[in-house]
Amino acid sequence: MKLTGAEIVCESLTRLGVREIFGYPGGAILPVYDALGKSKLHHVLVRHEQGATHMADGYARASGGIGVAMATSGPGATNMVTGIATAMLDSSPVVCITGQVSSKVLGTDAFQEIDITGITMPITKHNVVVTKAEDVARTLREAFLIANSGRPGPVLVDITKDAQQASAEFNWEASVPKLPPKRRRNNHDQAEFDRAVEMLNTAKRPVILAGHGIMVSSAMRAFEQFVHAGNYPVAMTLLGIGCFPANNPLNLGMMGMHGEAWVNNAIQEADLLIAVGMRFDDRVTGDLRTYAKSARKIHIEIDRAEINKNVKVDAALVGDAREVLERLTPHIETREHTSWIRHITELKGDSAVRDIQSLPDSGHLYAAHVINDLWKETRGEAIIVTDVGQHQMWEAQYYHHNRARTLITSGGLGTMGFALPAAIGAKFAKPDSEVWVVVGDGGFQMTMSELATIVQEKINIKIAIINNGFLGMVRQWQEFFYDKRYVATPLVAPDFAALANAFGIRGERISKRAEVVPTIRSARESAETVLLDFRVEQEDSVYPMVAAGASLSDMIRRPNNPLVETATEP
Amino acid sequence: MQTLVAYVENKPGVLNRVSSLARRLAINIDSLTVGPTENEEIARMTIVAHTDERGAHRLEASLEKLVDVLLAENISTRALLERDLALIKVSANQQNRPHLMELIKVFRARVVDVAPESLIIEVSGTVDKIDGLLEVLRPFGVLEMARSGRISMTRGGDLLQPPVSEPQAPNSSPLAQT
Repeated sequence: MKLTGAEIVCESLTRLGVREIFGYPGGAILPVYDALGKSKLHHVLVRHEQGATHMADGYARASGGIGVAMATSGPGATNMVTGIATAMLDSSPVVCITGQVSSKVLGTDAFQEIDITGITMPITKHNVVVTKAEDVARTLREAFLIANSGRPGPVLVDITKDAQQASAEFNWEASVPKLPPKRRRNNHDQAEFDRAVEMLNTAKRPVILAGHGIMVSSAMRAFEQFVHAGNYPVAMTLLGIGCFPANNPLNLGMMGMHGEAWVNNAIQEADLLIAVGMRFDDRVTGDLRTYAKSARKIHIEIDRAEINKNVKVDAALVGDAREVLERLTPHIETREHTSWIRHITELKGDSAVRDIQSLPDSGHLYAAHVINDLWKETRGEAIIVTDVGQHQMWEAQYYHHNRARTLITSGGLGTMGFALPAAIGAKFAKPDSEVWVVVGDGGFQMTMSELATIVQEKINIKIAIINNGFLGMVRQWQEFFYDKRYVATPLVAPDFAALANAFGIRGERISKRAEVVPTIRSARESAETVLLDFRVEQEDSVYPMVAAGASLSDMIRRPNNPLVETATEP
Repeated sequence: MQTLVAYVENKPGVLNRVSSLARRLAINIDSLTVGPTENEEIARMTIVAHTDERGAHRLEASLEKLVDVLLAENISTRALLERDLALIKVSANQQNRPHLMELIKVFRARVVDVAPESLIIEVSGTVDKIDGLLEVLRPFGVLEMARSGRISMTRGGDLLQPPVSEPQAPNSSPLAQT
């Protein structure tokens, strides 16, 4: 069967199981859009190509499958860069398809020509230029294979316009991936494995560091069995949240810069750290010289390049988390770790003062109230998509996730503007799930044009803006480390409720604690998207905090007298 | 200094990916040589990098993550044969020419071009040997020099061969739709 390259793109994507494409048309990708119109694929028209990549990313993270974003050449492609980098840093399988000028004029600075494969080389797992229609099907199959195998990541396929227009014989069965042969490393080192088992069975004060890799390898069951086999307390990375139920008594919560004090203290006092699918990011370790000094370390990780990168480990088990855990669990001798777990519980008591419930209702609204109420009202069952900053940390502290893939957030790159488009992608992946955006007034203003996408697509998500009139996290750093010199952090915002109305979306403003629950309830009852603008304390801070580069033991704790200034009406 | 060998796809852009990776890891490359192998689709690289063992591990493991890299291996601690080739154009006149010829003989180098005022000397061997020759030639006046960069091979039965293609499983649906 003869098809054009553009038709082969659509046919291949359909056969690869794609239902939705997030994209924006333009000259160099027009043949594919023409073919899209004749296909069964659903195209979601975004308002900016960055939004397309975040939507594909949100789709991938919510589903475990691959998200697809599409854009034209030149500015369309360069607008994708932030979204691609976001996916790269969080190992998210996204396939980006960009149009490119015709192969005849490649390298001539033709209109809207840019070397997007050159630009994205360090921020993609792989990228490739296709100049022939007959290569389209095989290349797309390769792209999908690469994106979601091993440690996942984004792949960009740049297709010249003449390759889209030319015709070629389409034979799906014959278009098998032809990737270069790879050396097969035998990652199972028996001596290393035995050493790890010995450490696991002799540890007195073990702590597991659970990361995103557990979800990527769908190792949740294997992980739970491993945890219970050894009664290991579990600390989570930001992206690990959800891989182990928050309501399990062994789940301590999030570690690191804004981790709860007992979690960081437990890590610092541990004699064994078992890192699973995480990469000892600087936000997790603090100062490496003082990090968990009395602990031996086991690292279970699929990516060899992560071994001994930041933290020198005593045993490295390279491989898929599920496979390694399933191999380890039968060797675990059950230990109760009673006194160690009791000790950690005692550490928690010290933090009770921070509990949002024990703050008196002074009529003022704290972000933590909003998130705590949202958690209770949704019974922890919603998919929460957060942006980056204070609200992101409060979400991680106060929304207790019991299921994998229910917290979607930009961790590694920390991309503001991620939440709204990523939530749209998540909703397409999980149309029957309740999806909430938790976003700051700063990040929301970066990508709020995607409200129009929501309306055009008639989808139902709920948006909670944690509006404190500041770029809150930066303001917090200025308060702590720059003598309260608030340079460029006070932020003027539009009336978000009125803005929502202008898009045809219901919007409400909330500034009292007593109003939070009723508004959340009424928003949940609506079958349409609702935007809630929560006016919260302007100068509240996220506690505890480990300053960048400081020791994990050195936490700034919440003062006993919380701030009482209220968000002022504009 | 660490020595790595890599087998890569012999196609445009691969050298860029390899060097870009070293740049991203902030590893300075001292020399990088690349040439085809007996299989024309595969090229072999010898990378000499200014880094420690930990950096070399990271470079090796990161290189192997590149789709176009078939194999990367840090061979620094193994028994190696190392060769560098240099062409050195040195100024030579009637008076000092006999003296030069003597030095060239001692270093087992060769004269490959003779002109009234200069000679081109070809020398191969270890980096130390070439540096040594350069040192003694300097007083005569080195006009120009080109060096190949190091190529390395593990000795004897310690083989480092490219992996061979095997039929790949078709990926009819790599989407793990849940």
